Amino acid sequence: MMPLLTTKGLSRNFGGLRAVDGVDFALMPGEIRAIIGPNGAGKTTFVSLLSGRIRPSSGIVVFDGADITTMPAYQRVRLGVAYTFQITSVFANLTAFDNVALPVQRTLTDGRSKGQVRSGVMAALERTGLADRAGTLAGQLSYGHQRLLEVAMGLALKPRLLILDEPTQGLADSEIDNFITLVREIARDATVLLIEHNMPVVMQLADRITVFNFGRILAEGTPEQIRANAEVQGAYLGATHD
Amino acid sequence: MRDASPAKTYALHIGVIALLFALNFVLPDYHQGLFARIMALAVFAMGYNLLFGYVGLLSLGHAMFFSAGLYGAGLTVYHLGWGVPEAFIAGVACGALLALIVGLLALRTAGVAFMIVTMMFAQVFYLLILYFATWTGGDQGLVIQQASRVFSIGGTSFDLTDPTVRYMSALALFAIVLLVTLAVVRSRFGRVLVAIRENEERTKMLGYDTVANKLAAVVASGAICAASGAAYALLFGYVGSNFASIQYSILPLLWVLLGGAAATLGPLIGTLFMYYVTDITSGFTSAYLLIVGVALILLVLFAPKGIMGSIRERWLRWLT
Repeated sequence: MMPLLTTKGLSRNFGGLRAVDGVDFALMPGEIRAIIGPNGAGKTTFVSLLSGRIRPSSGIVVFDGADITTMPAYQRVRLGVAYTFQITSVFANLTAFDNVALPVQRTLTDGRSKGQVRSGVMAALERTGLADRAGTLAGQLSYGHQRLLEVAMGLALKPRLLILDEPTQGLADSEIDNFITLVREIARDATVLLIEHNMPVVMQLADRITVFNFGRILAEGTPEQIRANAEVQGAYLGATHD
Repeated sequence: MRDASPAKTYALHIGVIALLFALNFVLPDYHQGLFARIMALAVFAMGYNLLFGYVGLLSLGHAMFFSAGLYGAGLTVYHLGWGVPEAFIAGVACGALLALIVGLLALRTAGVAFMIVTMMFAQVFYLLILYFATWTGGDQGLVIQQASRVFSIGGTSFDLTDPTVRYMSALALFAIVLLVTLAVVRSRFGRVLVAIRENEERTKMLGYDTVANKLAAVVASGAICAASGAAYALLFGYVGSNFASIQYSILPLLWVLLGGAAATLGPLIGTLFMYYVTDITSGFTSAYLLIVGVALILLVLFAPKGIMGSIRERWLRWLT
């Protein structure tokens, strides 16, 4: 099977700092992949390079067989690479409905979906459990609901690859359970790449885990392999074996 | 919420148009003339509002789009002897073309730099009008004779120097632009413009080419302002360089702020308010600008969202 997304020698410098350093990465279609690593390991920079929010210093990004290294972010979105933000950035002054209408009408314009804006929006809101809050201004939703709205916007883009940057940050435990169910559902028709700090979430969701440290891939494998990896424990937990 | 009450919103807008229509028959001559002027200039404010209110781009150079329409219509009538409809179209086309060129260059900047770049372009345009005084009449301007302001459609002749014809022509333009802007801001395109105003970075990550959308908005705004300028030249028969000066870049901003940015009826209310405060106060004191200034300060203090913005916030939540 051909990978959906690959990177070769992907690097990004900020001044003297190599935030992402020669990363070779491959993502198979349909999988749920988690990226973990200590703070400052380059996780967010790495996914920003994938989504096109920042340009690499060197290396290439290939999506579905096409080199998208120099493609602007908005065109990548139209190809099916969706990104939800680490810091919630819904349109606070617009209603939940309008927030989701923006991605829905985009896919309609691109011909990637059919039907009415209204039905597309309500479908995405229902999937995330926000249907009864369609008319509420996004800024007035609770934090957890704003995170869900982010996901609804990502979903409405009909992505082939959905990149979630710390989606459970700030969610209550009860909300996290719903969230896990939701991601599993999304993964039925999209590939999911998520950055996540919450280990129980990662262990439950991920088919495979990639561990970043100092801008490089430290380890990659199934949750069991990663759990057993001593190097990962050293880097991530700062743990010494007792 | 978009689907809340489109019927109510459209009814209100059509009601305002009907009211303005009825006013033609009851207003005394002086106020009838003033209202025609206000409606023509409210179109200018609506064009400005599209860019400032909805996209959040603050331009200080919109006098150039207004005067592109003014001179585009005025000069073709004066020098080439064009008819009124052709001259009007020429004016709008000049404004749209100028907006396309200025937009392509100015949209490389944002925020304060955008304000300054648009202001500089407008100053260049102003100085060009003065430089080519042979054709433009320089700071004296040009008067368009009555004979050039008569036109006929389908055998019926219209004389734009007749107060009622002038009023109705201004109203027709105002009504068309009002309903068009209402439709635009409620459309998918309008939703994207508001999204750009609220968070451009996020809008890009939803797959939108924000630069192309902003350029489209600049051209639409420029064309509407030029329509106002073209109508002004043809309705009032005068083309002058003072309409290209910095004052006419600031006025639409003021009208929109007063009336309420991002409210479709805001520009009319703001223009009306400013004109009448000036008109009434100048009737009994030569220090009327002082009173206008105080009125502006009070409004900014107590209704920072403008007149329509405050009304919408308090009473008419369904209004777009």
